[in-house]
This record gives sequence, C-alpha cells and structure tokens, in this order.
Amino acid sequence: MSGATSTVGATHPPGVSTVARAVAWRSIHNFLTNPAFLVPSLLFPLFFFVSFAGGLAAIGDVPGFDFPSGYTAFQFVFVLLQSAAFGGVFTGFAMARDFESGFGRRYMLAAGHRSGIVVGYSLAALFRALVTWTVLTTVALIAGMEVGGSGGEIVALYALAVLVNVAATLWAAGVALRVRSIQGGPLMQFPTFLILFLAPVYVPLDLLSGWIHAIASINPVTALLEAGRGFISGDPVLVGAAFAIGVALSFLFALWARGGLRSAEAAG
Amino acid sequence: MSSSLRNQIGQLARRSVLRTLRQPAQIVPAIVFPLFLLAVNAGGLKDATNLPGFPTDSYLTFILAVPFIQGALFSVMNSGTDLARDIETGFLNRLALTPLRGAALLSGLLAGAFVLGVVQAVVYLSVGLIAGAELAAGAAGGLVLLILSVSITVAFGTIGLFAALRFGSGEAVQGLFPVFFVFLFLSAMALPLDLLTTDWFHAIASVNPVTYLLQAIRSLLIEGWNLGDLALGFGIAAAIGAIGMLAASSALKTRLVRT
Repeated sequence: MSGATSTVGATHPPGVSTVARAVAWRSIHNFLTNPAFLVPSLLFPLFFFVSFAGGLAAIGDVPGFDFPSGYTAFQFVFVLLQSAAFGGVFTGFAMARDFESGFGRRYMLAAGHRSGIVVGYSLAALFRALVTWTVLTTVALIAGMEVGGSGGEIVALYALAVLVNVAATLWAAGVALRVRSIQGGPLMQFPTFLILFLAPVYVPLDLLSGWIHAIASINPVTALLEAGRGFISGDPVLVGAAFAIGVALSFLFALWARGGLRSAEAAG
Repeated sequence: MSSSLRNQIGQLARRSVLRTLRQPAQIVPAIVFPLFLLAVNAGGLKDATNLPGFPTDSYLTFILAVPFIQGALFSVMNSGTDLARDIETGFLNRLALTPLRGAALLSGLLAGAFVLGVVQAVVYLSVGLIAGAELAAGAAGGLVLLILSVSITVAFGTIGLFAALRFGSGEAVQGLFPVFFVFLFLSAMALPLDLLTTDWFHAIASVNPVTYLLQAIRSLLIEGWNLGDLALGFGIAAAIGAIGMLAASSALKTRLVRT
C-alpha cells in the first residue's frame, strides 16, 4: 500500500498497475482479516461438495452413468467452477459495499486510470478463489477423489476455473458499478446461480431429459463443465469450445464492467 | 390468556403480518428460490428413481418435500431480520418502556412467519401438484401437510428471533443463513436415508432432525398415512419451537436489561 500511497501523492496520476495493486491489496486484506468474508467463501463450496459428493454418491450407480473417475471427481469439477464464479460474485459484493459507503468514490478520485480499480478487484477475486480451491482440492483428495488426468490436464482444469472466475468478477463488477449498493447483490448472485444450475450438475448431459436437457444443451456452462470433467478423468472433450467460451465471456463482461465504470463516473 | 395479553399479541401480530406483506423482497425470494431448485432438482435427478429401493417413480413427488423446509429457512431470516431492525432502530427500546409482556412480543412477531408459512405452503403444494406430483394422502393429507409446514416455519422462526435478540444485528442474522442451510444439505434431502451409501454422510443424516421433517412431509406425498413419521415430524417441529422460544425469551430478558 505504501507504494501506492507515495505514487498518489506524486505529480503524475498512478498507472493502471499501481491502482490495481493498491485496490487488490486492500480487498485481499479485508478478505483475510474479516471472518465474516473469509468463512462463507471457504465453507459454501465445501458444503456443496460434501452434500453432492457424499449425499448423492448413489447416483454413480444409476444405469448409464459411466464417469471413469467416479462421482466425487464428477462433482468436484462442478463445485470448483461454482466456487470460481462465486469468488467473483462475492468480490462484487465487496465492490458494491465500497461504493455504498463512499470508499469507491475516493478510489475514483484518486485513480488516474480507473480501469485499474476493476483490475484490482479482479486480482482480489482470483486470490480469493485460489484460497478456496486450495482448501477444496485438499478436502477432495483426502476424501479419496480419483484423478485420472495428467498434470497438464489438471493445469488446464484450473485454467478454465480462472477464466470462469474472471468472467464472473467482471459480470459482478458491472452490476456493482451501476447499482453502487449492496442491494444489487441478488442481481449479481441470482443469474450466476441460475446459469450454473441449469447445466448438467448431477448427471452427464446424456442422462438428462425434458426441458432441463434442452436448456443444458444450449447453456455455455455445460461445455465448461464437460471439458473440466474430461480433464479430471483424463479424457478431454470440448477443450477448444470451453476455452473459447471462457475467453468470450470474459471479453463480453469486460465490456459490461467498462460500461459500469462509465456509469459510476457519470454519477460522480 | 388475559384480554390484555390477547390485545398486546393482536397489535404486534397485526404489525408483523402487515410488515411481511408489505415487503415483497421478503416474500418473493422465499417462494421463487425453492421453486427454482425444485424444478432443477426434479429435472436433473430424475434418473435417481431407477435406483433399486427408491420409494416412488416420480422424483418430483420425492423432492417436493424440500421447498417446504427451504421456505422455513427463509422464515429464520425474515423474522430475525425484522426483529433485528427493531433493535437497531430503537423500536424495541420504546417497547421496553411500555408494560408489554415478553410473551406477547415474541408471539406477535411470529405472526408474520405464520402468514408467510401459509402462503409458501399453498404455493409449493399447488405448483407441485400442477407439475404432476402425487399426494398419496389425498385432500385431508394436503391439509395436514399445510399444518405441518406452517408448524415447521413458525418453529424455525423462533430461532430467527433468538438470533436477532442475541446479536442485535440484521447482518449477523443474515450470516446465519448458510449455517442453517448446512442442516438441509446434510440430510436425506436428495435421496432416501437408506440410499445414502457414503457411511459418514448416512451417519450425519440419521441424526439430523431435518431428515425426519422431510420424511414426515414425504410420507403424506408418497405413502399416504404413516402416523409414526407424522408424529415424529410434528414432535421435532414442536421441540424446535419450544427450544427456540425458551432461548428467545432468555435473550429478550438480557436484551431488555442491557437496553
């Protein structure tokens, strides 16, 4: 923070990276030092994982379910991507809270390159997700999760999760910068929840039927999930499509967040 | 019950009901969110009915019990947040200056949870039946289901009151939401107890009271009349309500002394 402070006091306005580092540092500090922020971020994904992998283990015996690494690994991928998305959404909450309390306006006054504010929150969201993934992965391995993928495939799985985290953060940032109040929380959370759960969460796409199969077939999260599950089982599928979707969503939501920044600037 | 106490409860109950009805932000998520999860789970886990020993061939009927419990969890938040707001704004302090009895305050505040519980139960059951779920116990079973659902909602509401009185902050009450969701997640929510094949999960679900609340509701939907399951469900709801009320009364005394 000291570096950022000294630059703010200088003649030239701080650059994007300086602003981003300062914003990220504060956001990460708040995350790590406030149990009210840290604990739900860690516990929510764990509860989902425990509930799905433990409580639904019998689903692995359903006729037609033939995921090679077992039901724990099948659910791990969903929970990993879900925690990536919610790491971004929770950071959006922090952003909204900062703007509601007036701190965001001080950021806007101090930052020469305001896009650095969004970049800073995005870095904090990524840090937040990395902490959660470390705990989640450790718990999953202790629980006996089978990993069939190679080292490179596992790296690709986490790279996919990073893209999901970036896209979700930029989505939430766009909402937070437009609403500038924590009351915008449901607007960030509900669509994210909706799109995640309208994918093949419990069984592969082939085993879904009816309206949920129709929606899951066109839901972009389905490709992300199937690619992730392919990586962990060592049988990669839809790799190009999944990364293209991840990059495209990040790009689209970057434009959305930029619009939010303009809206916040116009509001003064 | 004296007429004075009745009057006190009536006034606070009226305020609580109006307050609930005037806040769509409380009612809408409590109804929409459980219905969304009902739709997703009923579609996504349909194949679970192919597991040997699954009690029905309609997963929708099986999972329809869950929204009733989720709705009750919203009642913890709503009743708790309302009371916490009364504490934060000083309304409780003003009430403390009147001869209002603690029992009247707590009972009156639960009226909002009661009304929301009725609305939720009617909506969940209606939507479920329209979507094709079965109600093996018939129309009378539907009535018992509504009574059971409202009992659970009010029982959970007492926990919200306790949390509000203990912590005095709406944010703290909201923070309890995930904690209560754990009870739902670690129960026989998505599969019957005897199909929970993971040993430790089965052990936790077996001692989790939410499992038996779900079983009581499911008995009416799937089996017809299973008096043992129903008695257990009503008994657990009554026990949660009694413990919550005792804890809230104790916290109210401390809160009023403090203020």
